[in-house]
Amino acid sequence: MKITTEMVDYISVLSRLKLPEEEKERMTGELENILAYMDVLNTLDTSQVEPMSHVFPIRNVVREDEVAPSFDREQLLKNAPQRDQEAFLVPKAVE
Amino acid sequence: MNGLRNLTALQLGAAIRRGEVSIPEAVETALEAAGEAGCNAFITFTAEQARKRAEELQKGLKDAAGPLYGVPMAIKDNICTKDVKTSCASKILGDFAPPYDATAALRLEEAGVVSIGKTNMDEFAMGSTTETSFYGPTLNPWNRGHVPGGSSGGSAAAVAGRSCWFAVGSDTGGSIRQPASYCGITGMKPTYGTVSRYGLIAYASSLDQIGPLARDAADCAAVLDAIQGQDPRDGTSLSFEAGGLLASLDGDIRGMKIGIPADCFGDGLNAEVRSAVLGVADVLRARGAEVVNLSLPVMEYVVPTYYIIAAAEASSNLSRFDGVKYGWRAEGYEDLVDLYCKTRTEGFGAEVKRRILLGTFVLSSGYYDAYYRKALQVKGLIKEAFDAACAKCDLLLTPVAPTTAPKLGESLSDPLQMYLSDIYTVSVNLAGLPGLSMPCGFDAAGMPIGAQLIGPALGDRNVLRAAYAFQQDTTWHTAAPAMAGKGGSEL
Repeated sequence: MKITTEMVDYISVLSRLKLPEEEKERMTGELENILAYMDVLNTLDTSQVEPMSHVFPIRNVVREDEVAPSFDREQLLKNAPQRDQEAFLVPKAVE
Repeated sequence: MNGLRNLTALQLGAAIRRGEVSIPEAVETALEAAGEAGCNAFITFTAEQARKRAEELQKGLKDAAGPLYGVPMAIKDNICTKDVKTSCASKILGDFAPPYDATAALRLEEAGVVSIGKTNMDEFAMGSTTETSFYGPTLNPWNRGHVPGGSSGGSAAAVAGRSCWFAVGSDTGGSIRQPASYCGITGMKPTYGTVSRYGLIAYASSLDQIGPLARDAADCAAVLDAIQGQDPRDGTSLSFEAGGLLASLDGDIRGMKIGIPADCFGDGLNAEVRSAVLGVADVLRARGAEVVNLSLPVMEYVVPTYYIIAAAEASSNLSRFDGVKYGWRAEGYEDLVDLYCKTRTEGFGAEVKRRILLGTFVLSSGYYDAYYRKALQVKGLIKEAFDAACAKCDLLLTPVAPTTAPKLGESLSDPLQMYLSDIYTVSVNLAGLPGLSMPCGFDAAGMPIGAQLIGPALGDRNVLRAAYAFQQDTTWHTAAPAMAGKGGSEL
């Protein structure tokens, strides 16, 4: 399958990545190579096979709804690149 | 203590309990060795905490202490350690110091081990060489011109170079077994769900599993006894009877059926590796195991299936790194979306970005069915094929990697070629099975060769028992790289 730079632009937007032109060129070729190799899967007939997302049959793991202490706010904020006393700071997102 | 560094973790633990070695002495030995090794195996040393803990543990030493009590070890840098930098070898995590411990780290602490630091790895565990680390490549202690493998290359190099007695790593597609093989040590990925993933920074959640890298199978068993077990904080952790692995090692493998899948010994496998791995069958046969030939006709599909699924999960898991809650943030952004994009573009390395884009592509509308859904279907077929093979024997014997450790700089130029070298390990993750890598020889250039034993789901015990039996009759696992011997002989 042909991978175009337009396709790479589109998945970059979805991935929140903005590749410099040179990196984009290289990535386009590499993705095309990798995806071409993955086409070997199309030689397999899987029309009768259920997709398997989990190897073991685990479903609906629930626990008792018990009150337990949550993390201290200060502890969670201490790794933030930018913060104030009680929140993470980001540029204004709503006008 | 001549050769303190060459003891196994269990031997050191026993020496500590007998009072022949003090825990502070063991910790100093490890720190000194790690500092002198020059392999860039560590990202962070926790020398002060380790020294303090060693003193406390020495005071608390009792006759009934566990087998690993007081043993210095290291932790891969994608496993969260409270207030200790956990970087995933990525620029984007900056100096992130988690507010909590991973369950596996906590359980090891309860077992009385002493962590001396956090080990280098491929960025976000994506890579097979430990060259994609933001902190520079780790070098193979057997020959510094070669890679240690990856992604747990720092853990493997630290153990092989005798800088610590064992390490824990993570294995998503071979990231414990392949570096163990390249560095001449024993490493194991246990059955999926037997070790909690709580606090393991996720790469591909359905495949990731924590496990030991150690000097031999008995050490691996002791570490797994400490870390295995269900955890309410990991919804995918299994309810099963954990523990007793170390106690089960008796060297008796009479009647055990070892299957050799012809499909794993075909084209592309280096001749020296093939002959060393097949030599394992002879040793096991001589101890009373039965060797049977069988087929595993899915090998050509395992690498594409793995990379589609792993990349898809990675693209989702890594969306949390956006420069807001933790880690590094780019400068000069215009608005919120620009902040995300700049931080991620500058904060992630090339291999991580490649896998995020690949994963986003296979999940995107229009391509989801052709790639992601298809891969999940083939995963079902791969599991069926392994179940069928496991029904015919107790364990499978395969190579770990097609070659011994490549030279530095050889692998990254062609990502697809690097992916293909994962052919013997990724299927084990896709099928959720236990797999162990153990040393079984050296190539003509003196680089270690590893063999892989694969068991059925929850068959971890037999995998370890067979490896232990093999190591009773062989000495590959006791060989140490020349550079590691130097510091050790002074003790």
